[in-house]
Amino acid sequence: MNTAGPAPLVRNAIQWGGALLLALLLTLGLGMATATAATDHDGKTVASIQQTEEEESPYSFQGSMRDSDREPIVGVEVTVTDESGFSGTGTTDESGEWSVGVPTPGTYTVTLNVDSLPDGITLRDPAHESREFEIATTAQQGVLFAFGDPPSAQPTTDPGESETGSETPTGDDSETETAAEQPRGQGFMAALTQRAINGLFFGLLLALGAIGITLIYGTTGVSNFAHGELLTFGGIVFYATTTLFSLPIVAAIAITLVACTVFGWLHDFALFKPLRKRRVGMVQLLIVTIGLSIALRYFFQFLIGGGTQQLSINRGAAIAIGPANISTSVLIAAGISVIVLAGVAYFLTRTRMGKATRAVSDNASLASASGINVDSVIRTVWIVAGFLTGLAGLLYTYFIGGAIRWDTGFSIMLLLFAAVTLGGLGSAFGALVGALFIGLVTEISTLWLPADIRYAVALGILILVLLFRPQGILGRKERVG
Amino acid sequence: MEILNAFFSAFVDSSSAAFALAAIGLGVHFGYGGLLNFGQAGFMAMGAYGFSIWTAVVAPTENWGWHPIASFLSAIVVGIIAASIYAFILGLPTLKLRGDYLAIVTIAAAEIVRFSVRTTELTPITGGSQGMTGASIKTDIQEINPLPSGQYGFWVFEAGAYDTWVRIIGWSLVAVAVVLVWALFRSPWGRVVKGIREDEDAVRSLGKNVFSYKMQVLVLGGVLGGLGGIMYILPRALQPDFFATPTTFYLWTALLLGGAATVFGPVIGAILFWALLNGVRSIIGVAHEYGFFFGLSSTQAAQLSFVFVGIALMVLVVFRPQGIFGNKKELSFNV
Repeated sequence: MNTAGPAPLVRNAIQWGGALLLALLLTLGLGMATATAATDHDGKTVASIQQTEEEESPYSFQGSMRDSDREPIVGVEVTVTDESGFSGTGTTDESGEWSVGVPTPGTYTVTLNVDSLPDGITLRDPAHESREFEIATTAQQGVLFAFGDPPSAQPTTDPGESETGSETPTGDDSETETAAEQPRGQGFMAALTQRAINGLFFGLLLALGAIGITLIYGTTGVSNFAHGELLTFGGIVFYATTTLFSLPIVAAIAITLVACTVFGWLHDFALFKPLRKRRVGMVQLLIVTIGLSIALRYFFQFLIGGGTQQLSINRGAAIAIGPANISTSVLIAAGISVIVLAGVAYFLTRTRMGKATRAVSDNASLASASGINVDSVIRTVWIVAGFLTGLAGLLYTYFIGGAIRWDTGFSIMLLLFAAVTLGGLGSAFGALVGALFIGLVTEISTLWLPADIRYAVALGILILVLLFRPQGILGRKERVG
Repeated sequence: MEILNAFFSAFVDSSSAAFALAAIGLGVHFGYGGLLNFGQAGFMAMGAYGFSIWTAVVAPTENWGWHPIASFLSAIVVGIIAASIYAFILGLPTLKLRGDYLAIVTIAAAEIVRFSVRTTELTPITGGSQGMTGASIKTDIQEINPLPSGQYGFWVFEAGAYDTWVRIIGWSLVAVAVVLVWALFRSPWGRVVKGIREDEDAVRSLGKNVFSYKMQVLVLGGVLGGLGGIMYILPRALQPDFFATPTTFYLWTALLLGGAATVFGPVIGAILFWALLNGVRSIIGVAHEYGFFFGLSSTQAAQLSFVFVGIALMVLVVFRPQGIFGNKKELSFNV
């Protein structure tokens, strides 16, 4: 019954040392929750055997059921069976959540008992009544059942994503909310404006994250595949400060940014500086970042669980710009992005440190020979990258509707790389152009193409651009090699 | 016992065979050819989807009355062709560029494949985000299984007739791939490829068509990846999200664990990867049962094993980049 509360789990993980007692209490609480769930089955012996199996096995299917008004649906039965004759049953609790433990990884059939659905609620896709799922590398498999009629006013809004079995059910909340900002039935121009504005904001956020990648690449030659985790880190600290510790928003933002800046510095200090000293090769460094990405990502999952966590932040009222509706929080986020990006531009072109950074980017040994302290430039770059990417993570939680997942950053990491490559590897302004382009393309393509392949469209354009202009939009030819 | 079970079953499991095939392919790319492929999962997806669509949607047995053996073999050929075409399309724009471009393009292309096959619009063909059920892709292979039903093997290696059959096919393919790679890379062709890895310009000055050699390497490794993809789905179901970036990263871990430019390295690496992953997971599980990790759920404890994978990969590549078997001179880490 792990679904009983991801939030408490985070709490005890974060307050690790100090709050052992609290953790014990929480475990007790979890135990009690399990006990109540067990009695829900009216003392059926079979059911209680299943309950004990659940506690022993780390593998489970789980999900939450909500109707079209997003109200939880209580008391729906879900049965999980496999070919060897295993069978387990779960029932949704007051918050609409259910979970069925299974003994081993493997392929299972998950069936919804349609008779147990309340009156008036039907599956959106009747074929989803019974589906096959596999438990392999992840211990918990989310299964989503979508109810009600397909929203007719939003033909292109993420039907694929909201029916994704492998994402944890609440994972689609964010998508649905973003989609809900879309105007209903106001014609093509309205949709285009809305998508373009969304794309512009998304592009600005991507730019914040991508500049870090390109600066690090330019000065050290490392393609940091763990960059998405920097972004997730920002989101998670923001989630912890706003939602778990309920700090005022200004304090939460300040703590998040400081934490991310320190995190960026720590990357350099604890990992990349020693590796530079050892003269570790480029491809080795690349693989080190992959290892770092895996380790951090699962550590985040360890902290906040495999589901989507909702942030208790005020997203602001929606205001209309022309035919489009934008929530004020997204507007503010975009404003902050523009100001910070302008700040970065000033830093790179006008300050001593910024000029030194560009010099190192250009030619590290020449810069070093002319008296620039390359190590301190690289340290600065990591700090700036940590700050910018953490800020991007913080703002991104707003953009996707006040939510954070353990793999939020990882899921857009490739878009960040696409932005950087499009703009030209190593060029900060190229990254900005590339990011805006990617942001606009992903959003506007949904007007014609299924929304669930919008990232594929962006990556496809990346490959096309590389065909004709390998150095990217603003890159220089000699880097292509 | 539980730990030993988890550890040793990886030595015969067909998942290890599938990973071994894909890792051999990756070893051909990176270890011998010096190509930075970060999208091996995309090649696996092409193989797996080619196989599954041929078996379940085109269904020659049902629609054209083919013998199950013919349709099973033709499905594998379709998977191989799909992986080759994919490799060819990827190689065309990128093989003339510097190494990290291939890295970015392969990783992006693998994700394009995954996003495309799981889109709702393609559900009738690819099964959309749910993929395809095990039952629908296993029809032919079950039909031609020569083993009567029952249990085979002993101790932790015991398995049912179907699983044993898949294991036989999987490990035979691995054996064939190992022999093929061994023979190819001691031939003149293989020496040219290794030469390209060491110094592309030197080989070019000898009048060799570097681009063509690189393309052959990319296709060969991609086909092995495609076969790995087919072997991975055969014991279970076709799940689009398996073919995501993390799978590629795990393959790299397996490859570097064994040693990139070696014949047996990828095989041993793949086995050890699963053995250690399952072993660590069950050690943590047992420790959890005995009350270590206060207040943690067993799921959280299981996640720690992946943190361990990540750290192991970092330590490995820094301190022993040539892997268990490798020769340090054989590795070019500065593409």
